[in-house]
Amino acid sequence: MMNWFTRFITSTLGRKLIMALTGLFLILFLAVHLTGNLQLLKNDGGQAFNIYAEFMSTNPLIQFISKGNFAFILIHVLLSLYLTVQNRKARGAERYAVSSAKSSIWASRNMGILGTLILIFLVVHLKDFWAQMHFGSVAVVNYNGHDVRDLAALVDYWFAKEWYVALYVFCMAALAFHLWHGFTSAFQTLGLNHLKYNPVINFVGKAFALIVPALFAWIPIAMYFNI
Amino acid sequence: MELTLKIWRQKGPNDKGGFKTYKHTHVSPDMSFLEMLDVLNTELIKKGEEPVHFDHDCREGICGMCSLYINGRPHGPLQTTTCQLHMRSFRDGQTITIEPWRAKPFPIIKDLVVDRSAFERIQQAGGYISVNTGGVPDGNEIPIPKKIADEAMDAATCIGCGACVAACKNASAMLFVSAKVSQLALLPQGKPERKERVERMVAQMDAEGFGACTNTRACEAECPKGISVTNIARLNREYYSAMLSSYEIASKGGGD
Repeated sequence: MMNWFTRFITSTLGRKLIMALTGLFLILFLAVHLTGNLQLLKNDGGQAFNIYAEFMSTNPLIQFISKGNFAFILIHVLLSLYLTVQNRKARGAERYAVSSAKSSIWASRNMGILGTLILIFLVVHLKDFWAQMHFGSVAVVNYNGHDVRDLAALVDYWFAKEWYVALYVFCMAALAFHLWHGFTSAFQTLGLNHLKYNPVINFVGKAFALIVPALFAWIPIAMYFNI
Repeated sequence: MELTLKIWRQKGPNDKGGFKTYKHTHVSPDMSFLEMLDVLNTELIKKGEEPVHFDHDCREGICGMCSLYINGRPHGPLQTTTCQLHMRSFRDGQTITIEPWRAKPFPIIKDLVVDRSAFERIQQAGGYISVNTGGVPDGNEIPIPKKIADEAMDAATCIGCGACVAACKNASAMLFVSAKVSQLALLPQGKPERKERVERMVAQMDAEGFGACTNTRACEAECPKGISVTNIARLNREYYSAMLSSYEIASKGGGD
């Protein structure tokens, strides 16, 4: 007989709980990442952003959380793949010939497709920035005697290309739709559905889904057009 | 009214099955959907053909026996049971596609009839309360707040038709299970088996092969009884707290 904890997390409800918890952690991560990225909009030749990036890639606590973050991304992706396969199996071999889908919102039915777009973006993003920062060669600038890697210059390089800016903005739109359903859905999965708190969860969820991806997308646009 | 019906015909559980098109020329807007099929079947029998098999019983919208996936929606265009759906909801000359519930745990028996015993097994796993023998307790002995009684009653209106499973893109049974768990978890009578119930019913639900909930809320929109997804949130809460806090029944032998 399986251990109770294993039974718990391998049940459909347990799996959904893990999806919700990892999802909520990634939402927190997005908020932190955005605060850092917004430093790029400062007119200081990228100094504030570079100092922030240096802190994030050297601070031991942040390094520890970052490992967890990678693990959570991996769990969120792999578990969603598994659940998608299981859910398709549950429908059976024969699908409906006619399907009227008006009874649910588009984003809620396409979390997998939206998630895949975000994952593709993430791979490109990690390769061009994170891997370049950690394993590639990045120019070094000196601020008050401290050598700091010039990540801002690398961002400048990529955000000068139209296709890159377009891809970035497109993927942020996918992220917005993913969050539009995901944020509130996570709370429902946690069992937090209450008349007193639902308006707050909905408002914060929808606002987050609109504002955070919009600000992320605004940065490459602003840098491309030199606004 | 004249209608073109595209109906799923399947001889048995192992038959491949496929759509067959019928012209129906004797439809009155006042007929219920099932009466419309009755007339079609009478014509088929007269012609010596096999009638279309479909589930039905009370025809009053309370038994949960009728099903049918009509033009891409369980129980058709209105949020009601198929037996309470009338032909005035359709246009003259319209083509109506009728399919059975599609879910692996609901295998097709014949044509539009599916086996919904999976729901019975989930109910049997924990959807009950213990009632002791003895004197009849006074009805007002245990005070229950009106709001709680109403919520339990709302959950109890679930007729177990399976429209939630049919509507869900994941063929998830969580609206059904959550209604059955909520109905009993909300009331004092359901307290003794509260944790055990939700553990067992969820385990049975998983064993039957129903999908997981992705909160699309399609079930709530299609449920003929308007069961709310707040019940699914309650099911989640009940399950997490039960799994994390129930006494595990593990016999090591010997001890008292």
